[in-house]
Amino acid sequence: MSQSAPAVAIRHLTKTYRRGGQVVPVLEDISFDIDSGDFVALMGPSGSGKSTLLNLIAGIDRPDSGELRVADVDIMQLDEAGLADWRARNVGFIFQFYNLMPVLTALENVELPLLLTGLAARDRRERVEVALGMVGLADRMTHYPSELSGGQQQRVAIARAVITDPTILVADEPTGDLDRASADDILALMDRLNGELGKTIIMVTHDPHAAQRARRIRHLEKGLLTE
Amino acid sequence: MYLLKLILRNALRHKLRTLLTVLGLLVAILSFGLLQTVVDAWYTGANSAAPDRLVTRSAVSLVVPLPVHYRDKIRGLDGVRSVASANWFAGVYQEPKNFFPQFAIDPVPYLAMYPEYRIHPDQLRDFMRDRKGAVVGRKLADTYGFKLGDVVPLKGTIFAGNWEFVVRAIYEGATPKTDTSQFFFHWEYLNETVRSRAPQRANQVGVFVVQVSDVSRAAEISATIDAQFRNSPAETLTETEKAFQIGFIKQTEAIVIAIRIVSFVVIFIILAVMANTMAMTARERVGENATLKALGFGPGFLGGLIYGESLTIAFTGAGLGVLLTFPVADWFGAKMGTLFPVFAVSMETVWLQFACALVVGVAAAVVPAWRAARVRIVEGLRAVG
Repeated sequence: MSQSAPAVAIRHLTKTYRRGGQVVPVLEDISFDIDSGDFVALMGPSGSGKSTLLNLIAGIDRPDSGELRVADVDIMQLDEAGLADWRARNVGFIFQFYNLMPVLTALENVELPLLLTGLAARDRRERVEVALGMVGLADRMTHYPSELSGGQQQRVAIARAVITDPTILVADEPTGDLDRASADDILALMDRLNGELGKTIIMVTHDPHAAQRARRIRHLEKGLLTE
Repeated sequence: MYLLKLILRNALRHKLRTLLTVLGLLVAILSFGLLQTVVDAWYTGANSAAPDRLVTRSAVSLVVPLPVHYRDKIRGLDGVRSVASANWFAGVYQEPKNFFPQFAIDPVPYLAMYPEYRIHPDQLRDFMRDRKGAVVGRKLADTYGFKLGDVVPLKGTIFAGNWEFVVRAIYEGATPKTDTSQFFFHWEYLNETVRSRAPQRANQVGVFVVQVSDVSRAAEISATIDAQFRNSPAETLTETEKAFQIGFIKQTEAIVIAIRIVSFVVIFIILAVMANTMAMTARERVGENATLKALGFGPGFLGGLIYGESLTIAFTGAGLGVLLTFPVADWFGAKMGTLFPVFAVSMETVWLQFACALVVGVAAAVVPAWRAARVRIVEGLRAVG
């Protein structure tokens, strides 16, 4: 990636869904850049297309038209296998409901993305311990998700998201399932990831309190970028 | 290692469901093994037949006897090494339900033709010296508690009257598959007794067992024997010992086919149960599969998890089923007494049991694995929460 290239470059992006034979526009002619190291909050009412936009940026959905470059890669040109490989190296996911594997411990959950890297088991373990220590769960490594609070589970999910040192972190309502105190902890952690480690974060939220943590806020309404 | 751990933990996620599925597989594989062993037991005679042994019987029917003087004519034919006469006796020991095969034989040539019947030389000598002597198989002796020197009374059915034999030898099988449920005695004793009771039935033989010197000439020698007696009052039909035994089995072939069908129906039923288990598994994990896919895992990994889990459950049930097959078959074989001369689980049956487990494990996972591999990430993630 060249130094001047933004982390995410979006040009004239459109996306429609078909519902009962009817074409429903979800995103219309979206264009904007996200700089490397930025922390962007995507806001908007339900159905505005913010999660769809996040999914497109994360490479888990495909647009109908437009251009989408992430880390200077035109991800629209990648086939399914290429896209999966690209996601494994470039995207860290933080989900609203944490999406941890219930049968794996915190340590094993964080280790999961590293299986795709070819690292030796010992090296994986070392990395995981560092990541879990960073999110303050060094003493919970052997706990299963069901033995952790919602906030702790989300911290495990964040450790899993950063373990491969991805280009961007995408977070879809990361505090949507948490109480205020836990949400603040998670937002503070994301703030640290952005401020101290320079991680590029794109967060979907409709919580203004959460959005305040971002450096920039982009609003969507009925599939259009309004600011 | 990590993948194995994940597969095992996934398999144990719903312990009761997995336990019940494993239990179902155990019962199915055990039943399959036992039914296959019953079929094997049916074919024991045919499978233990030697290629150099022929059986000559009446061309009209097995129940029509042949003149004993045929023995010398057959013995004189080119390529014939040895001939022994044998009569089916069909006596009743105490009660009709106590069935075991009894044959009146020419002991010297007959026992020489069956080296798989192992007899201690001292016992063989005692048997040869006693015209009322009998040789009994180990399984038969154990079933009825026959010991050397015991007198065994049999009530004749084909050869009327009460008969008494003295156990002079107990033969062991050369292999576990050797039939040791038989009872042999001197054909001369039978013939002498018949001559005194019903002279018109004397000097008759049920079948001749013919040993050939060259197995490759068995068909030719069979034809020569039958040609020898063509257009005589007692024409013969000569076939290999195996064909002769299969001829018996064919009379009850419908039962064997039914048993085979039932054994595979049992497997099909457990396949349906297993497929249902795996379908529920895949349905419950749509969100997890979508998450794994989002993280960059490909369809092969997701399919592998489902196949791995399905095969783990299938082989756990099958392994336990196979382990249980041996003691249950021993118990069943003992309960059946001499009805099944040999009731032993063969390695072929064990391989078939594991092959069934493999088929069940793979077939049950095909659709769930395909669905897991094809899950659309965005739709799958909506299932979480």
